[in-house]
Amino acid sequence: MAKAATSDDSAKRRRRWTALLLAPAGLWFLALLVMPLAVVVVFSLGERAPAGGYAPALSLANYLNLPARWTAFRNTLVLAPIGTLVCLLAAYPLAYFLAVRTSPRYRLLLLILVIVPFWTSFLIRTYAWMFILGGRGLPALFEWIGFGEIRLINTPLSVLIGIVYGYLPLMVFPIFVSLERLDKRLLEAAADLGSTPWRSFRQVTLPLSAPGVITGCMLVFILLMGEYLIPQLLGGGKVFFIGNALVDLFLQSRNWPYGSAVAMSLVILMLATVTLYLRLTRRYGGRDVSLL
Amino acid sequence: MDRKQFIQQLRRYQKGSISRRHFLGVTGLGTATAVLASAMPELVWPRAASAAEIGDRVSLTTWPNYHDPANFEAFTAKTGAAVEVAVFGSNEEMLAKLQAGGTGWDVFVPTNYTISTYKDLDLIQPLDLSKLPNYDAAAYETRFVEAGSIDGVTYAVSKDWGTTGYAVNTAKVTEPMTSWKQFWDLSMDKYTGRTMVHDYQLTTIGNALKYYGYSFNSIDTAELAEAEKLLLAAKPHLFAINSDYQPSMRSGDAWMTVCWTGDAKQMHRDLPEIVYVVAKEGGEIWSDFYAIPKEAPHLEAAYALIDFLLDPAVNAKEVLAHGYPTADSRTTALLPKELAEDPIMYPAAELLAPLEFGAAATLTDPNRAEIMARFKSA
Repeated sequence: MAKAATSDDSAKRRRRWTALLLAPAGLWFLALLVMPLAVVVVFSLGERAPAGGYAPALSLANYLNLPARWTAFRNTLVLAPIGTLVCLLAAYPLAYFLAVRTSPRYRLLLLILVIVPFWTSFLIRTYAWMFILGGRGLPALFEWIGFGEIRLINTPLSVLIGIVYGYLPLMVFPIFVSLERLDKRLLEAAADLGSTPWRSFRQVTLPLSAPGVITGCMLVFILLMGEYLIPQLLGGGKVFFIGNALVDLFLQSRNWPYGSAVAMSLVILMLATVTLYLRLTRRYGGRDVSLL
Repeated sequence: MDRKQFIQQLRRYQKGSISRRHFLGVTGLGTATAVLASAMPELVWPRAASAAEIGDRVSLTTWPNYHDPANFEAFTAKTGAAVEVAVFGSNEEMLAKLQAGGTGWDVFVPTNYTISTYKDLDLIQPLDLSKLPNYDAAAYETRFVEAGSIDGVTYAVSKDWGTTGYAVNTAKVTEPMTSWKQFWDLSMDKYTGRTMVHDYQLTTIGNALKYYGYSFNSIDTAELAEAEKLLLAAKPHLFAINSDYQPSMRSGDAWMTVCWTGDAKQMHRDLPEIVYVVAKEGGEIWSDFYAIPKEAPHLEAAYALIDFLLDPAVNAKEVLAHGYPTADSRTTALLPKELAEDPIMYPAAELLAPLEFGAAATLTDPNRAEIMARFKSA
């Protein structure tokens, strides 16, 4: 009897400890994710106060008005996947080179070179691109070579260039990690059995690096969906993402309820895309796929 | 204590056999530190000397290219308070920030038509003019300062005034430009991809309304719908939508832009081929003010900064730097005579006559806000 009570007590104590240890993270989520999200949901059903801001109401008008931001949704839904894809195409050979072809002596140095840009503020680096892509930058060079007048800044292309520049390291690292773990003996075995290099790559390297590819794409895609800075600086207010439309609604037209509705639809859109993506890639990634 | 003893004590402290306090006491290092600290208060209590007066910082929220940085340095040298400057692109943006709260702003620069709304929303405080000895109401031209007072209470004091026209790079744009009609038509045709408009509903929608000859301040739904049609048609032809247009005009990326007096003056000073046009259909005349938000964290510093900038000698340097005319006759008297005849700062009377001051209704009109947001996200 006494013994049973003791084990009961220790189980209770352990549960209390678990609860205590989980409390900070739990409170963090509650205070900074769940509650703000609830506020956004409530706001999205309200209406704009006369001078701007929020006035309580219960209507779906804001959601019905979403098509008015169709272009911003379209820009995001086109440029985010394209940006992710271009990042992937640029990052894979680089990660492969770093993980497979570089001698370990230089690998660390080269990896540091990939990270070095992070030591400068992203804002400043994007500003630098404004000058590179502006009339006196690359276009002037192209014109001198004889390509005629080319416009780069404030076009979807300049936004794409900025995206690939900014997000490339985020794609390189997950792929690098999965390629570095790759058992090189498998490639030797494939070669011994008469496989061509291309076939070995397709049947061994690529499937084994899939978790890194999937993680990298996810990381870049999710961040791109909420991108604001690059379209703002390199798009000149002409190539608008949902993020830009959101900032506009909150900080210029002060239409918080409509802004909340746009924000909610972005969250839902993101959840749907990511779920679909995970479904489609599960069979390639197996259980290794995780966000980080 | 000689060297050997000191090392001995240090080893004892390192081994943990005496406490830090004992170590500092017995070696005299503690006293030395205290003496050093009192000799150099800046080291331990930085800025302690001036902190007693107005604090060590003051934040100013203003517009691009709108001050002489040397004046801020002079203010810091005089008072010990560093000026933290933030620039905005539109009054709507300022209002949005203040409505959301927690800005930390001490002084900001609202335009005439916004002040009544700030007062109604209880976002700004009435000014204690006794703390602004450099403000002399009698010295100012009434029409540029009257928006700062509501029911006899002064909420904002005059910074300067100006017009909103457009700047043209005449090396690229060869037509003699005189009207908003030309501005929009040429932007959508011959000079496609070379024009900028403000990221600001008042001037962008206002000057689109002017294309049709409507009031700059119209909130009439039908007239706004026409303005929106023009804006959406022009959008693919624009170089950018941005209130900070000097860099693009100077680099030659943009050839025309909706423009405020002082920006035109600054660009024309360096690049004479950039000229300023006050369109014949009219447009905006405005005046800007210094005001203090209700929740300003450094109130004394806010008053000190405003008073400093209102000093005619300081204000004259401001005008020379930013190129906007001031409503303060004391300051104008200090300026070089040729500025008084400058056609950018003081457009001809017949061009000034049709200009309108912005109307408070445009600031809060939901339709104008939404049209601007739609235009940008289109």
